[in-house]
Amino acid sequence: MSAALQNLVNQPYKHGFVTDIESYVAPKGLNEETIRLISAKKDEPEWLLNFRLEAFQKWLTMTEPHWQNVKYPKIDFQAISYYAAPKPKNKLASMDEVDPELLRTFEKLGVPMHERAALAGVAVDVIFDSVSVATTYKEKLAEVGIIFCSISEAVHNHPELVRQYLGTVVPVGDNFFAALNSAVFTDGSFCYIPKGVKCPMDLSTYFRINTQDSGQFERTLIIAEEGASVSYLEGCTAPQFDTNQLHAAVVELVALDHADIKYSTVQNWYAGDENGVGGIYNFVTKRGLAKGINSRISWTQVETGSAITWKYPSCILRGDNSIGEFYSVAVTNHHQQADTGTKMIHIGKNTRSTIISKGISAGKSNSSYRGLVRIAPTAENARNFSQCDSMLVGDQSGAHTFPYIQVRNNSAKVEHEASTSKIGEDQLFYLAQRGIDAEEAVSMIVNGFCKEVFQQLPMEFAVEATKLLSFKLENSVG
Amino acid sequence: MNINQNPIILNVDNLHASIQDTEILKGINLTVRSGEIHAIMGLNGSGKSTFAKVLAGHPDYHVTQGSIQYEQQDLLELSAEERAQAGVFLAFQYPIEIPGVANSQFLRLAYNTVQAKRGKEELDPLEFDDFVREKMKLLEMKPDFLDRSVNEGFSGGEKKRNEILQMALLEPKLGILDETDSGLDIDALKIVAKGVNHLHNTDNAIILITHYQRLLDHIVPDFVHVMEAGRIIKTGGKELALELETHGYDWIHNDQKRAAGAST
Repeated sequence: MSAALQNLVNQPYKHGFVTDIESYVAPKGLNEETIRLISAKKDEPEWLLNFRLEAFQKWLTMTEPHWQNVKYPKIDFQAISYYAAPKPKNKLASMDEVDPELLRTFEKLGVPMHERAALAGVAVDVIFDSVSVATTYKEKLAEVGIIFCSISEAVHNHPELVRQYLGTVVPVGDNFFAALNSAVFTDGSFCYIPKGVKCPMDLSTYFRINTQDSGQFERTLIIAEEGASVSYLEGCTAPQFDTNQLHAAVVELVALDHADIKYSTVQNWYAGDENGVGGIYNFVTKRGLAKGINSRISWTQVETGSAITWKYPSCILRGDNSIGEFYSVAVTNHHQQADTGTKMIHIGKNTRSTIISKGISAGKSNSSYRGLVRIAPTAENARNFSQCDSMLVGDQSGAHTFPYIQVRNNSAKVEHEASTSKIGEDQLFYLAQRGIDAEEAVSMIVNGFCKEVFQQLPMEFAVEATKLLSFKLENSVG
Repeated sequence: MNINQNPIILNVDNLHASIQDTEILKGINLTVRSGEIHAIMGLNGSGKSTFAKVLAGHPDYHVTQGSIQYEQQDLLELSAEERAQAGVFLAFQYPIEIPGVANSQFLRLAYNTVQAKRGKEELDPLEFDDFVREKMKLLEMKPDFLDRSVNEGFSGGEKKRNEILQMALLEPKLGILDETDSGLDIDALKIVAKGVNHLHNTDNAIILITHYQRLLDHIVPDFVHVMEAGRIIKTGGKELALELETHGYDWIHNDQKRAAGAST
């Protein structure tokens, strides 16, 4: 039976292909010159160059952290090219002008952009390598005062907003990879929801790494003003390469009084082949600041890809009565490693946080949940509930849980539940006896296991996530 | 015993089966024709449940000798899901829980998979909902049953009723009920028995595995087999179950000794 389990997870990466588009690639290596080159290429104001240089100086003093429960060869930061951009042929006035090759790529990924935009009512800010190529629905959003554009555009068109918030949630010297990102980020998304505005549609960005050996350093900044709300979707796929690719993004969210930001991710970076060769290193810093009273930050993530995933989308609950949520599914297979979780920092009174983490490990993979719940002395009546469930597929995978709880206020209530289960041969036999084959059975069991998280995803994303999980676990049972 | 010349559904010949090199079944012979109900009785550890699992294709058991013919096919050539699709149904002694999966979703997937394999019409969620609710009435099940996770938090009786509901949906040619009566109170037993009797017809057959006579008051068998140490040691009509109930299993040994003594 476990042989059948194994067959199920071994399908080749279906999105592994390279799009043949002319690219400008900066010379490899990182020094002040590289940073000045990036800044100049992007025609940036001086304050941003200084921001980058400050980050770079901090980065030089820092050492790469190794406390996480993952193993990988040493990264040579001088062997990475820090800037790659498709050469623009001319200014794009409409979708029709987008490089057809690029559109075909998205179609192969099953993300027909215009169809998605039109049918699903999703505005897609497409990031291809590091530079935004096409943005849709911008006008419709502009009617209600929402700004949704690439961060490069925002730097030029809304410098005051970017300057006010950039680096306020994740400071330039926050950690090794955040400092690196702050120094060399090339593009990403910017989203601003003005006071009292409920964003009328889910905002979505599809990221894609395309140039071999190009590091990806996305920067995302989302601001919800007083009483505003937004649901933001991030999805990733990457082509198949033999060399490892570093992805070190920074995402900052700021929610003011009564504001609500929901950030959902479906991550499917190339995970390496079945022997663990290749694959993306995904070292991301994601943090939301629930700055205002009654504000809410909600992270939902479905992590299926990457050779190594290392990320902790976090909430700083500063406003009184603010709410932080983290819903996560992490699937690992073959030789994948994931060390992921969250940090909930309770500062304001009556702050509440919920953590639901589901880890699924198949093949020879390892998955760790690592989470911190910190209740500051100021956080009267803070509440946290954490639930960490792990599911093992086969008998060569591992699951680990590292909860950290720091309580400095006696009125706090913190609950932690954890469980580990195994896809039982009994379950598979039961379903087989009802005519259901192993592949569908695993899919059903795993999706049932993840239900509490999938319920948090916007509808069409939940459907994709369900399919993605089934796809990822194909041939893992036998 | 009645005389039945209906087609043979199942023919088990000298079946030996092992789990992890321990032989459990040591030469079972059994012929089941359509329209028949067979009861298999015996003490714990006699091999009754193993026999049921081997028929259903449980991967932990290995057939080392003998054959199973089912509907002119070699049953041992088929995987567990193929057997289910071909109409072999096992009502589990301990139905398995699948957290987070709604019963309705599970039932519909099972139903549609089997329908598709049999070249019959599949039902969309709305059609299936009507269909399954009709079947649930037979077993006096509440509608909220459909929304709950498969067998999770079900009482013993609810689990067993859920098994019979699945049998009603999948319309097996050969239904094997593994101690479906265990853990049921008398009311639930009657409901389950009513359901099974309703599903039984001249085109299918049922094998009941049980310790107790009381199930057989409600589902009347054509044959009663007594298993011991991996073999069927005695076969009779429905009255055999009553005799067992009265005299206990030792009675068979004594009976056989007497018979053996008489012949020497």
